[in-house]
Amino acid sequence: MKTLLIFILTLIGSLPLGMIVALLRKSRFAPVRGFISGYISIMRGTPLMLQLLVWYFGPYYLFGLNIGNWRFPALIIGFVLNYAAYFAEIYRGGIESIPVGQYEAAEVLGYTKTQTFMKIILPQVIKIIMPSVTNEVITLVKDTSLAFTLAYQEVFSLSKQISASQTSFMPFVIAGVFYFVANYIVEIIMKRVEKSMDYYK
Amino acid sequence: MILEMNNIEKHFGELEVLKDISFGVDSGEVISIIGPSGSGKSTLLRCATFLETIDGGEIIYMGEKAAHTDENGNAVYVPHQEMRKFRRYCGLVFQQFNLFPHYSILKNITDAPIHVQHVSQEEAEANAMELLGKMGIADKANAYPYQLSGGQQQRVAIARALAMKPEILFFDEPTSALDPELTGEVLKVIRQLAEEKMTMVVVTHEMPFAKAVSNRVLFMDGGVIVEQGDPRDVFDNPQEERTKQFLRVFER
Repeated sequence: MKTLLIFILTLIGSLPLGMIVALLRKSRFAPVRGFISGYISIMRGTPLMLQLLVWYFGPYYLFGLNIGNWRFPALIIGFVLNYAAYFAEIYRGGIESIPVGQYEAAEVLGYTKTQTFMKIILPQVIKIIMPSVTNEVITLVKDTSLAFTLAYQEVFSLSKQISASQTSFMPFVIAGVFYFVANYIVEIIMKRVEKSMDYYK
Repeated sequence: MILEMNNIEKHFGELEVLKDISFGVDSGEVISIIGPSGSGKSTLLRCATFLETIDGGEIIYMGEKAAHTDENGNAVYVPHQEMRKFRRYCGLVFQQFNLFPHYSILKNITDAPIHVQHVSQEEAEANAMELLGKMGIADKANAYPYQLSGGQQQRVAIARALAMKPEILFFDEPTSALDPELTGEVLKVIRQLAEEKMTMVVVTHEMPFAKAVSNRVLFMDGGVIVEQGDPRDVFDNPQEERTKQFLRVFER
């Protein structure tokens, strides 16, 4: 259950945040662009496990703050910010692959910039990036196991504990089956979504 | 006058693309612009349809100034809000059609009238069906662009532009991406529009078409209008050496 919660909250947070990051990356203001590209570099260039530890221990070691019940929020912040960076790069690739003629046709027809993005560009981007998003979502299912670094009780840490206490290999097998089944469901759902957008090329 | 473009200047970096170009379009007139690649034809069209901004000169639609040059020599456009009015005056048909692939043919044509001009859906659809009928592709209303031939797609693009009821319609090499057979069906539609007195400016390499359909031909080269006039004069009796040289290529 806790694994599912991490998974869902991360997607709810990072899918929209990634779009905001992708759009800010094309900002007219150079400092904004610089900040965003620095953020993406760090998120992609350091291990997620390390980032989770920084979010968890950072407030105390850096600022001497002692926040109660910080374990779970730190986990979600770490996951959301990390995945938003990856999604932002996927979105950027998608947005850049839309031919400039689509923007020009929309402009000549009098669509506003917002209309052009929401009605013309975004639906096409979503179709293009679907396979990459599926990849990322599958990775996320497996990455939830990293929550064990903060001693958060999800599938992986639980199976490790049980395995140690019962000196049995079985809990790991069960954890493996759990991840596999979860990803199998993700695959089926994403295939459906992709298929629903098959009506045009 | 529907459109007047006076002393238009445009450069991309160091490269001067349009050098002091002036021309006007009267209501019901069909003008063909011919000339070699890189002569500035397309850029001129893109300036007229506000896809590119001019660096000098003035653009006047229906007697109202959309852009002019101030005392410092900078081109100034009317404020954003007013610009929408000027955009409504003109339509543009692209070489690559640029239909919206995720919209059905009908939605390609009705979406802008409904969401930009706030026409009712019933009215927009009735108008779209009439236009599709005129284009000879009424049976394709529920198809998607990828299911159509290039010639059919371009006719949809023409219908999409006409659905906005522009005062003037520009064509940027509308048949350059089509094979000869499909070219014919698109030119037929443009010819039909000319007979209905639709005001049009067509950048084209189809010389027989330009000669047969247009009231006036502009020959551009190196960012200037080298020669212009009645198509019979320009094609059969060109005055400028550069025009003769260009047209000779097409005689072979």
